[in-house]
Amino acid sequence: MRNPGKAVLLGVALAATVALSACGERDQVTVYKQGKYQGKPDTKPWENGPGESLYTTSKWTQGDKTSWESALKTRNLAQNEYNRVE
Amino acid sequence: MARMKFLCDAERCIECNGCVTACKNVNEVPWGVNRRRVVTINDGVVGAERSISVACMHCSDAPCMAVCPVDCFYRTDEGVVLHDKDLCIGCGYCFYACPFGAPQFPQAGAFGLRGKMDKCTFCAGGPEKDLSKEEFSKYGANRLAEGKLPACAEMCSTKALLGGDGDVIADIYRQRVLKRGKGSEVWGWGTAYGKPEQKAPAGAKS
Repeated sequence: MRNPGKAVLLGVALAATVALSACGERDQVTVYKQGKYQGKPDTKPWENGPGESLYTTSKWTQGDKTSWESALKTRNLAQNEYNRVE
Repeated sequence: MARMKFLCDAERCIECNGCVTACKNVNEVPWGVNRRRVVTINDGVVGAERSISVACMHCSDAPCMAVCPVDCFYRTDEGVVLHDKDLCIGCGYCFYACPFGAPQFPQAGAFGLRGKMDKCTFCAGGPEKDLSKEEFSKYGANRLAEGKLPACAEMCSTKALLGGDGDVIADIYRQRVLKRGKGSEVWGWGTAYGKPEQKAPAGAKS
C-alpha cells in the first residue's frame, strides 16, 4: 500500500525545488584588480600561418617568432625609398 | 625585436589624408570615429605650414592604461597598446589622459551616450581569435597576423608616416635627415616613447 504522507512530502519538496531554483545568490559584480589587465588573453601574431590570410606576401613559419619578425623587418625596410631609388 | 612605433615626418607630410582613408577603409571604422587624423598648423602660411598624421602612438608608458578604471588595456609583446571592448565601460578617462586624443567614442544612442572606446590598434586586432569575424567587427583588421604593417604607413605616398619596429624606422629617418640636412625633431616621439636613458628632471611632473 502506498503512503500518502510520503507522496505529499515528495510533492512539497519538488515544488520547493522548482519555486526556489532562481533564488540562488550569484556574484553579479566584477571585481577588478588594480593595475592588472582584466580582459581576455590575446594570441600572438606569429601563431598564425601565412596561409591563413589572403593576399599576403610575407613568409614565415607558423609559431616561429624569429621568422615572423624577419618577415616583418623585410617589409619594414621597404618603407625606405632610398633603397629603391639608388 | 624592439617595439612597434609610428613616426611622422612633418617635413614630408603633404596633408593628403591618404593615411586616414587607408585606416578607414581597412578597418571599416564607423562614421564619426577617426582612428587617425592629419593635423596642420600655420595653415596657408608660406614656409611655416606643417602637417602631421596623428593616431595612437602606442606609448611606452601609456597614460590610458594607467587611468582605466576597469583595466581593459594591455600591451602586446611587440609593444602595441590594445584594449578589450567587452570590458570597456566607455567612461572616457582614457580620452582625457591621452596627449594625442587617440581614444574615440562612437555615439551609442540618443542624448550623447558614449559607446565603447575605439582607437588605432596598429592594425593588430584585439583579444579575439586572430583573423576572425568577431575580431574584425570589434577591432578591425589584424595585419600584423598577416605579416603586414599598418595600412596607414604602408599606404603613405610620400613615406612621411613610418610604422614598424622602432629601431628600423629610426634608422630610416636618420638616413633621411642626414641626406636632406634638416628636420631631426620628431613630433610626439619624446612624449610617447620617452627617453629611458634620461631621468626626469627634478620636480618635473610625470
